[in-house]
Amino acid sequence: MAALLEVENLRVDIPLGAGDLHAVRGISFHVDRGETLCIVGESGCGKSLTSLSLMGLLPPKAVRQADKLFFDGIDLTQASQGKMSDIRGNRMAMIFQEPMTSLNPAYTIGNQLEEALLRHQKVSGKEARERAIHLLEKVGITGAASRLGQYPHQLSGGLRQRVMIAMALMCGPELILADEPTTALDVTIQAQILHLMIELQKEFGMGMILITHDLGIVARVADRVAVMYAGQIVESGTVNEVFDNPMHPYTQGLLRCIPVPGKTRRGEPLGSIPGIVPSLIGKIEGCAFANRCRYTFQDCLTTDVPLAETSPGRGYRCLLSDQQCLENAKEVA
Amino acid sequence: MSPTTTSATPPVLETRDLHCTFQVRQGMFKPKKPLHAVNGISLKVHKGEVLGLVGESGCGKSTFARILLGLQKATAGDVRIDGHATTDFTRKQISRRIQPIFQDPYSSLNPRKTIGTIITLPLSVHGVGDPSSWRGTVEKMMDLCGLPKRVYDSFPNQLSGGQRQRVAIARALVMRPEVVICDEPTSALDVSVQSQILNLLQDLRAELGLTYVLISHNLAVVEHMATSVAVMYLGRIVEQTDTDTLFRAPKHPYTEALLASVLTPEPGKGVPDAQLGATFPNPINPPPGCTFHTRCPKVMDVCRQIAPREITIDGSTVECHLHDRQLNAA
Ligand SMILES: Nc1ncnc2c1ncn2[C@@H]1O[C@H](COP(=O)(O)OP(=O)(O)O)[C@@H](O)[C@H]1O
Ligand SMILES: Nc1ncnc2c1ncn2[C@@H]1O[C@H](COP(=O)(O)OP(=O)(O)O)[C@@H](O)[C@H]1O
Ligand code: SF4
Ligand SMILES: [Mg+2]
Ligand SMILES: [Mg+2]
Repeated sequence: MAALLEVENLRVDIPLGAGDLHAVRGISFHVDRGETLCIVGESGCGKSLTSLSLMGLLPPKAVRQADKLFFDGIDLTQASQGKMSDIRGNRMAMIFQEPMTSLNPAYTIGNQLEEALLRHQKVSGKEARERAIHLLEKVGITGAASRLGQYPHQLSGGLRQRVMIAMALMCGPELILADEPTTALDVTIQAQILHLMIELQKEFGMGMILITHDLGIVARVADRVAVMYAGQIVESGTVNEVFDNPMHPYTQGLLRCIPVPGKTRRGEPLGSIPGIVPSLIGKIEGCAFANRCRYTFQDCLTTDVPLAETSPGRGYRCLLSDQQCLENAKEVA
Repeated sequence: MSPTTTSATPPVLETRDLHCTFQVRQGMFKPKKPLHAVNGISLKVHKGEVLGLVGESGCGKSTFARILLGLQKATAGDVRIDGHATTDFTRKQISRRIQPIFQDPYSSLNPRKTIGTIITLPLSVHGVGDPSSWRGTVEKMMDLCGLPKRVYDSFPNQLSGGQRQRVAIARALVMRPEVVICDEPTSALDVSVQSQILNLLQDLRAELGLTYVLISHNLAVVEHMATSVAVMYLGRIVEQTDTDTLFRAPKHPYTEALLASVLTPEPGKGVPDAQLGATFPNPINPPPGCTFHTRCPKVMDVCRQIAPREITIDGSTVECHLHDRQLNAA
């Protein structure tokens, strides 16, 4: 069966005075129904532009190109504006870090939830209202019916995030794109929201792309993982493959950096990744991570590094031998 | 807390029944009501300790920090440095001993001043030493904080986020304070930069004999850095103990929920439901009895009526009826 979403060689360029900024530099991945793909990486690596490009919501001057961009067999590169707005918010829905990106402060919650459904599907106002109440209950909001008349600012951040999730679910989407959905929330609320999202995703059999910079979230939520660095996917695999044997030096570096209760020891230094991300303007010679990698050798500076797939869906972009990567991985785990 | 330090020298930092109440309006025409942002905090921090302060946003952590720094007046209670009440000190005198590091290194650095000027400013304000020595002092501190000499003449917007936080740290330490209050010092940074800043803070503590109060919503960071931890809920410390005990055997149901919410990078463990419910109480109308009772998975009848008292068990303190022997015996 074909994947729900299939992406091949996706690129996003932003023309700037100084040249083209290649924000997303040829990434390929797929998402099946009922599974969660986590895209993880540090700020500026191209996560948000990737998801916006899938939704057709890129900033005006950004240019998207792809060899393949199929959503349930529909070629999104060929889809008209009208076709895209049929799909967006209906079959593909997005959840942002900041709920007020989706919620309008001037309208009641009920209004916005109902409108999200009425815009796309032929249902009565009463049906829309019933679905809104049903979903507010589903996302754990008590007294759902009485909330419909409230305005977004009358709710706490955690509740607003729940309302946004309910809104994303109104049309029963097949694919959810969640961009740092819990980054602004307290850890307690974050755990609740993620718990809820996974439950709903499994219940409705949706595909989900969850974007985050937090490896803890990735480990707990993902079925499969794509690690991004400087606009490329540098490692991909199932969550167990990536966490049990992180093969790419960048993935290894990230895992060394984070304190883990019971594992890292107090007073002992955490690992770090020296240096900074290369400029994304123009072409990057050799491996994009070469200037920060502890294993860099001469070829890394000059050779373009392909994403070598060792098995379907499992791959990494590094010139070191598999044997070498595996040995380095053992040091981290 | 070894007995020698407690009896011989006073704690470097102490608060006694500290309160801070704001008068706030909930609507344009409604009367003002009191909001107890800090509602009776007593704690001691000894030299060389790192006290981690954790709790959800709005529980009063930053207000508490601002009082320690002399940036906010307490409405009752006092803060003591080396045993002396800070009410006897001016703001300037407090700032010689206690310095802050805030979350957002960008907004706390003047964009029109060079890095050199920014780090020198505290020295000139306090008239420390001979002005001819300042450049040397500043460069030495920059070096300690991992800042290359060439950024002396740079402006904040020419630096990365991590470097800006290093500047904020150098500025805080150039006065050689005894205590540094770090309010979410790495929350705005990427993990690869966070680890560098945490390592730097660890090194500087050893090197300069510093004492930290570390506020962070990231419990893994607190576990890594702190020697003891205070858990705050609606303006009160509901549990305080050494870090190992807290993470190994949390006592308060709120601490348990916080720890359960830590998502360590271990696949297969899933995301736990801490069962705290979706609603956070309004701090202007805090729940009666134990203020946590509306979210507590272990709530009992008594919790809805009587506020729990502070109980000391093996050097830990906790405010929860579950641990009150007297109550449970009755
Ligand atoms: N509208 C824009 N104009 C110019 N550059 C942009 C714009 N949006 C994003 N970028 C740049 O593209 C890169 C990727 O951005 P983004 O996808 O937002 O990263 P992430 O979400 O991983 O933090 C960054 O270098 C960022 O500065
Ligand atoms: N200047 C102020 N005036 C009125 N209320 C305030 C003021 N500062 C903080 N508060 C309130 O005090 C409570 C504690 O805030 P804060 O100390 O910032 O918490 P935290 O740092 O734990 O997030 C919050 O309810 C906040 O809205
Ligand atoms: S006193 Fe009661 S409500 Fe409060 S934390 Fe303890 S068990 Fe929960
Ligand atoms: Mg982003
Ligand atoms: Mg704060």
